[in-house]
Amino acid sequence: MTNTPASCVGKVVLKLGDDISTDVIYPGRFMATVLPAETPQYAFCDLVEFNTRLKKKEIPPRSILVAGKNFGCGSSREQAASALKGHELLIIAKGFARIFLQNAINLGLRIVVCPDLEASEGDEVEISGQRVINRTSLKTFPMVPLPLTRQAIIDAGGLIPYTRKRLLEKHA
Amino acid sequence: MGMTVVQKILARASGKKAVQVGEVVEPAVDLAMSHENAALVINQFQEIYKGTGLEPRVWDASKIAIIFDHRVPAESAKTATNQKKVREFIEQQGIQKFHDIRGTSGGICHQILPENGYVRPGMVVLGTDSHTTSHGALGAFAFGVGATEMASVWSLGMALNIEVPATIRVEALGKFPDYVSPKDFILHLIGQISAEGANFKVLEFHGEAIKKMNTSGRLVLCNMAVEAGATSGIVPGDSETVRYLQKEAKVGEEIPLTIPDRDAAYEKTITIDVSLLEPQIACPHTVDHVKPVNDTEGLKIDQIVIGSCTNGRLDDIAVAAKILKGQDIAKGVRMLVFPASWKIYRESLERGYLTDLIDAGAVVMNPGCGCCLGVHQGALADGEVALSTTNRNFPGRMGNPHSEVYLCSPAVAAASAITGVITDPRKGAN
Repeated sequence: MTNTPASCVGKVVLKLGDDISTDVIYPGRFMATVLPAETPQYAFCDLVEFNTRLKKKEIPPRSILVAGKNFGCGSSREQAASALKGHELLIIAKGFARIFLQNAINLGLRIVVCPDLEASEGDEVEISGQRVINRTSLKTFPMVPLPLTRQAIIDAGGLIPYTRKRLLEKHA
Repeated sequence: MGMTVVQKILARASGKKAVQVGEVVEPAVDLAMSHENAALVINQFQEIYKGTGLEPRVWDASKIAIIFDHRVPAESAKTATNQKKVREFIEQQGIQKFHDIRGTSGGICHQILPENGYVRPGMVVLGTDSHTTSHGALGAFAFGVGATEMASVWSLGMALNIEVPATIRVEALGKFPDYVSPKDFILHLIGQISAEGANFKVLEFHGEAIKKMNTSGRLVLCNMAVEAGATSGIVPGDSETVRYLQKEAKVGEEIPLTIPDRDAAYEKTITIDVSLLEPQIACPHTVDHVKPVNDTEGLKIDQIVIGSCTNGRLDDIAVAAKILKGQDIAKGVRMLVFPASWKIYRESLERGYLTDLIDAGAVVMNPGCGCCLGVHQGALADGEVALSTTNRNFPGRMGNPHSEVYLCSPAVAAASAITGVITDPRKGAN
């Protein structure tokens, strides 16, 4: 349960550009679907081929999605984060839009900020400490650690347990 | 060192004398807004209480606003069921600021909040909608959050782990030329600084052009601040804010204003002379892909949309009606009009604007978010092009990934409806 996993290895299954909006991650026409068990089927549903592979479980958990700047821009819809979490994807982007970043942290979707990352689909990528290592190209890139305040929510297991703890303290 | 307006608001709401940029605060929330996605907030809210032995009660039922607007009337059984669930929760918790699907009080959340005087200068406003930034137009610190974060606010009454954001000062000088509007100004600014140019920051608007701008125009600027990535846009409260709240929103009590210190520290200042601006177009498929109207003139349009939380207000509909009065919308072009609230719908009706639009061939829809987010009321076919006064043009935004959305002001949309191609309203007017 950490957004910056200390160590893990995965394959890049999808590479996207800059400004990937929540309309692309989880189109508005599925917003009436809210349950975390139901949202994953619509993840990237307009990228038909990738969505089909996700639904057929051809993408193993902990696979890596690589994106450019401003990933998750646009709508605050939390389904965008819950749909990706449902497939246990790890998102490495040059940068994240604010609301998506916070939603990811609140729900426990694993994200890594890595401004200089170079990786292609099919590459094997390792997260090790504060570095991202492309095992295919053998290049290493520094990651930007999440602010400590956000780490506190991650360490609690997400915003729900974090708030629950605060609520109990308030009523103690 | 002095404080920006957002620093002052966060200091007050956090019980501190002063706050620094980057400092973590837990401000008390003055207004917590949701729409249909309250259905998800309710799930998360109940989840928080699981195993605590506490009864799920919202911290303050008078500070929660819920407005149905995204899918009204319900486009599916699923939405209808969500709306029913939300109504039951509202009843059970005693939430009063509830705007259901009703001709007397309904509309889009970002119009309903200002229109009813719910937002005041100096407030901390959170909403489960990214365009909650709109309410900075009334001098509030207003920003969008996800459903779980809202559930946390419903339980605790405060926003957790908020980092005091840095502020970019935007100075708008000069006077807008005819047929150039706040929409053109904000599109131009987003084009300049990019879709992530203000990520995690506040855009604080100042200058002669802002001073003279009405609240309707300021709502356009703050609404789209999020399209530059901004946490919030804000126009510090002034005499226009007081006029709007007292005259239009019928607020009876005194309205204290929060203004930035003269020596406040800004990350940078961006100065734009609005008298030099031309009508702007945001081209597919990002909001920062902005060009002057002349660069896209002549592009064929299938659907024109006027409305939304960005440009569905009375002056927007007035401009469109003025341009379209006595005209015919081009053959093969569908024009949809979504007033931002039923109050605006009625005023547009009484002033004859809706008749002018209908006579020209427009279809006037019920107030709501309509086709902006691609759920219902105006999907596009493969290969079709929409020209819209809404705020987003990402791939698939209007429900079809094989279509294109261009964003513009109401004047450009109306002038283009007559010709069927993107048209400079300044030429049409001569």
